[in-house]
Amino acid sequence: MIGTASFWMLAGHDCWKEALAAEARAPYKPQYFNQREWAFLQAACERIFPQDDHGPGADALGIPEFIDRQMDTPYGRGELWYMSGPFQEGPANLGYQLPLSPRELYRRAIAGADEYAQRQRGHLFAELETEAQIELLTAFEGGAVHFGDLSARGFFEQLRQNTMEGAFSDPLYGGNRGLGGWLMLGFPGARADFMDWVNQEGAAYPFGPVSISGETA
Amino acid sequence: MTIKHADAIVVGGGWASSILAKELREAGLSVVMLERGPERKTAVEGAYPGSIDELRGAIRHRLFQNPAKSTVTIRNTIDQTALPYRQLAAFLPGEGVGGAGLHWSGVHFRVAPDDLNLRTKITQRYGEKFIPQDMNLQDYGVTYEELEPFFDKAEKVFGTSGEPYKINGEIVGKGNIFSPSRSDRFPLPAMQDVYTAHLFRKASEAAGYNPYSLPAANASAQYTNPYGAQMGPCNFCGYCSGYDCYMYSKASPNVNILPALRQDPGFTLVIEAHVLRVNLDSDKKKATGVTYLDQNANREVTLNADLVILGAFQFNNVHLMLLSGIGQPYDPVQNTGVIGRNFVYQTITTSRAWLSPDKYTNVFVGAGGAGVAIDDFNSDNFDHGPLGFIGGSPVWVNQAGVKPIAAALGGPGGNAPRWGAGFKEAMTETYRHSMTIDAHGSNMAYRDVYLDLDPTWKDSYGQPLLRMTFTWKENDIRMNQYVVGRIEPIMKELGATRYHLAKLEHGELFDTRRYQTTHLGGGAIMGTDPKTSALNRYLQSWDVSNVFVIGSNAFPQGMGYNPTGMVAALAYWTAHHIRTTYLKNPGPLVQL
Repeated sequence: MIGTASFWMLAGHDCWKEALAAEARAPYKPQYFNQREWAFLQAACERIFPQDDHGPGADALGIPEFIDRQMDTPYGRGELWYMSGPFQEGPANLGYQLPLSPRELYRRAIAGADEYAQRQRGHLFAELETEAQIELLTAFEGGAVHFGDLSARGFFEQLRQNTMEGAFSDPLYGGNRGLGGWLMLGFPGARADFMDWVNQEGAAYPFGPVSISGETA
Repeated sequence: MTIKHADAIVVGGGWASSILAKELREAGLSVVMLERGPERKTAVEGAYPGSIDELRGAIRHRLFQNPAKSTVTIRNTIDQTALPYRQLAAFLPGEGVGGAGLHWSGVHFRVAPDDLNLRTKITQRYGEKFIPQDMNLQDYGVTYEELEPFFDKAEKVFGTSGEPYKINGEIVGKGNIFSPSRSDRFPLPAMQDVYTAHLFRKASEAAGYNPYSLPAANASAQYTNPYGAQMGPCNFCGYCSGYDCYMYSKASPNVNILPALRQDPGFTLVIEAHVLRVNLDSDKKKATGVTYLDQNANREVTLNADLVILGAFQFNNVHLMLLSGIGQPYDPVQNTGVIGRNFVYQTITTSRAWLSPDKYTNVFVGAGGAGVAIDDFNSDNFDHGPLGFIGGSPVWVNQAGVKPIAAALGGPGGNAPRWGAGFKEAMTETYRHSMTIDAHGSNMAYRDVYLDLDPTWKDSYGQPLLRMTFTWKENDIRMNQYVVGRIEPIMKELGATRYHLAKLEHGELFDTRRYQTTHLGGGAIMGTDPKTSALNRYLQSWDVSNVFVIGSNAFPQGMGYNPTGMVAALAYWTAHHIRTTYLKNPGPLVQL
């Protein structure tokens, strides 16, 4: 809310109401990511979770916003991971062994990805055509690409995971805007009461989603 | 906390500790429970709708151990360097009051009687040579008949829903035909079948198998347990596994036992008390108490007691024994020592069937313990002779409630894209129109699969991390492949438009990045010979007779069933023998 906006709204000043609504529609301002990182994130998330006939994509769902907000949580700061040294690489099946929290991993890897895009395609990732972005992400996922000592695959998996979280978590974390992710799957959200719907013999559950705050789609 | 002495200390705040605390209070002992995590009251943290939050709950691990403080290291083979398990993934130990008993699903089995004397059984039926070299196949040292009253007691405390088959030798219902005779009914009738479980029941019957309702510690109706704790009927909200139950339907120590203890002045619960070691007297034959870190005041506290119960999670019990010098650590090279020996897990693979687009499986509807299973390929219920492996798996549809982040992270399955164009199409089809069938199987113990202290990494308390040396062995892979093969006829009867049978592959290594189960076992096992077991048949340390260690750490090998029912029965079994025998004459309950 802008300062004393509630006063103006209560007073029935429609111009302020409109200004507020416009502000709500205004693009989210990232708190952790810088402008170049933010451009990467917006492009990469949309490629991973694209807009299509099944529903909104990453941008419309607010997935980059979700990821930015997560960077300033105990998770983003690496406080939910064992981060004590020594750090030593090992076989992939023994799991993540980097000395980087999620926020540090994003910072290092996005810089690496942009450098890679610049070297291979002559542009930053976000400046490339959609097809070229998809090709690069596919290469990252493939496992052969490294950003210095950083595996691109490891970063891709981090990005894919957080993208899915942003698409399907409760909207209170900034993603899944308008419950669009849940609508796509047919997930009823926080209804969490199916006493009368245990077995529908194959019929679809009839109610749409509701969020923790009571928002419906 | 100003107490300096208690009659009994219980370490941990989960099922095993809560059961022992209640029983020892009934025997008149003063009891202090030390839980290293925070307080967890279902009425507060479990409340709707705040608890119905997948990101905060199962994904960010609200009720689980934070590896930042303490974790384990893992390697596949003895010649590797074990590396820290930095991010929770493959298994999810709990933390806080209630422990794993708060976040579990609620599948509440008894035991397959053959599993308790597996070595004897296999030797009698197939000969000694049937047991592969270096497989440490052992008997528990206790029989189903001995444990039956304690399974019955636990079910009444948990408010378990189920359909019996045999009571006192007489067939009384449509329960599991392979299950042993019971002394009484389940306290509540079986849970309803969700649609996918209903399909599985019909299809597995048509395939010639014997389906039954899973025994579930999710209340199918209102229930009051023997401690006066009240449970509400489950509404299939789908938030059991990983969550505290806002309906008070899923049994937990928090709902079913602790309400009776919290009001008892002879019981003291200390939270954020991380036990650093059990203190022993000079000849290491008796425990004098424990030293714990009061994490609020950041100071060490020593508390004396006559009796010390380790009732923490499986590997935490083993860790504490190693840190305290209770018993001789296991050495896989010399094949000596017992603490850390026979570390085991479970095999689990999840196969998927897709139904036609007009059939909605509504997989978000569910209850953690509910479902339909077959036991035709579990334990020794089938002839292993021509198959050449030991062990087995129940096969089931256990629709616990599939939430969207977990579904998306798992991906649409088959050859469908995990992201980008085509992902949403495939994901939507899988989420709306598919179902899963699990083979949840046993895992045998081996000489070179064990637990010890890591030489390099330390926890935030400065103590060495526990090191796991673990991977899949050929016996278990072949068992899994055989059982998964038996799912195919069910898939055909289901009317699946297509299906994917998932199985362990030969040479496949244990992967710490993918969730499998939290059903870890062994490491401080019960048995009849102190050379091959850490605990006697009453779960009493062979070496330190006033220490009892309760948990799935006692299992000599992994079983096909979920472990909680067996842990609870063993807890009541141990408590009974402490109350009736040990307290009258403290000392070893088994004389050699």
